[in-house]
Amino acid sequence: MAGICVIAGALDGKLSRSSLELIGGARMLQGPLGQEVAAVLLGHGPGLAEAAADLHRDGVGTVYRCDHPLLTAGQTDAVLVAGEHVVRRTRPEVVLIAADTVGRELAPRLAYRLRAALATECVELGVEDGAIVVRRQVYGGRALATLVVRTQPAVLSVKPHALDVPQPAPVAGTVEDVSVAIDVGALPTRVREVLREQAELGLEDAQIVIGGGRGLGGPDGFALLAELAKQLGGAVGASRPPTDAGWVPVNWQIGQTGKTIRPALYIAVGISGATQHIAGVTGSRTIVAINRDPEAPIFSIAHLGIVGDYREVVPALIAKVKELKGA
Amino acid sequence: MEIIVCLKQVVDPELPARDFAIDPATRRQVREGRPLVISTYDENALEVALQLKDRVGGKVTALTLGPQGVVGDAIRLALAMGADEAVAVDDDHGVGLLGVEKARVLAAAIRRIGRFDLVLCGCESADWVERVVGPLLAEALAAACVTFVSRIELRNGALLVRRMADEGFHQLEVRLPAVLSVTSDETNRPRLPKVKDIMTARRKPVQVWPMADLSGTSPTGMRRASRSATWRCLSGRRAASSSRVMPPYRSPR
Repeated sequence: MAGICVIAGALDGKLSRSSLELIGGARMLQGPLGQEVAAVLLGHGPGLAEAAADLHRDGVGTVYRCDHPLLTAGQTDAVLVAGEHVVRRTRPEVVLIAADTVGRELAPRLAYRLRAALATECVELGVEDGAIVVRRQVYGGRALATLVVRTQPAVLSVKPHALDVPQPAPVAGTVEDVSVAIDVGALPTRVREVLREQAELGLEDAQIVIGGGRGLGGPDGFALLAELAKQLGGAVGASRPPTDAGWVPVNWQIGQTGKTIRPALYIAVGISGATQHIAGVTGSRTIVAINRDPEAPIFSIAHLGIVGDYREVVPALIAKVKELKGA
Repeated sequence: MEIIVCLKQVVDPELPARDFAIDPATRRQVREGRPLVISTYDENALEVALQLKDRVGGKVTALTLGPQGVVGDAIRLALAMGADEAVAVDDDHGVGLLGVEKARVLAAAIRRIGRFDLVLCGCESADWVERVVGPLLAEALAAACVTFVSRIELRNGALLVRRMADEGFHQLEVRLPAVLSVTSDETNRPRLPKVKDIMTARRKPVQVWPMADLSGTSPTGMRRASRSATWRCLSGRRAASSSRVMPPYRSPR
């Protein structure tokens, strides 16, 4: 049993960003463990050739390429069949999986089948005294748990956006095509439709994010936030109450369950600061909080706090930004 | 439709930061004297189950795992919301179990409950956020698996579910039996029980099973996946974020 194996998804036709982040993680483990990095590339269509080249560019030697028409967005059952097939054959010591929509289902299920150690939603990977050590957020980001891998193999899932996309480190690699039989009739779940929402939102990549919470009182408040975001060149998100209430789409949600953001500037408007939300924003470089309640927990993590009614503060901010841009 | 909903009791995640502490011996959150609640998304899972039962009929069983002295509150709430019966696995030592270990016990309990079409649980627990219990249960019970489901409907005998995805939503067709983990949206906000429901709940059957019995009778399913010694939790330390506290100031008007 040897090697680090990255499950690299190209289920949308091109290599996902979180797959690249995993390779960065694999390279951090590679040196101290003295192990090779290989990847299982899963997807369908001509995009896989480019994806394999991307993997070599980032330092992956061997790419096991599975091209199958069922390896498409959200089709976890097919991904599990293909991933399990390659991992059983290559017997890696560590399997890295992105904790995205498919990976969240894949990692525990693969670990179960391989009788592997399992840690999910990791935000840091490392090696200490020859053992793999991972860290993960617990208790709504109030604490970090450190876990040591004691048995092999190990399946580790990594939270998207927790690791940086690595610098290129090209290797002359090989691609091995692996044919996997996936019996469509045997798959217990089938994706019937992919509904894309707000693809242009770009919450996770925006350098400035404005978040709205229950304190906005209704969907109308978000129009004001959108105006501020437009002036600042940022994106708008929300905490859980507005998405639960249906004021804004669910995929606007920032927090433990929603998106994790690490912008240069995060402005939290009418957000009390539930742990659920805080867990997704602590990586922001500067946090500004606007809230009527001076006791709101959001102020305990904010670098700058404004106690006031957002209906007064936000228009004033918009006016000021316009004035500065005009000057 | 036979539905089993797994509920976890956790320390109220919205407890003020000053009441949050890690026990250095167990390396888990101190629970003594803290209010306990049903973990956020588990209530949504129960709501989804109850809505489905309202539409197609059947039975909803609430299943929880924890020290008997305290799980009563979770059970009573679940029964008052509309669950038909409840099973509590009594476990004095299980508070610190990781997801793989909890899933093993829950799988054994579900086998003992017997027949099921659907098992629902929250997409994540409010405390350890491992997001593994649903998928591990699916494997242990040889059932279909979908996580982060917000809506389900039964159409011509097929189960259609809506999964929250990175790019939006996926609509999936799912074969039964299935294990689904549930996330929240505007359609599954947990109902508030009425006084009458709370009274009725007192007459509903509750079974308490000692965990030792279960692990004794448990088939090997989950055990082979996870040895409890696989992981060693070294430290739970406060995140650095709490150190950069700045007092709020009043905005100049």
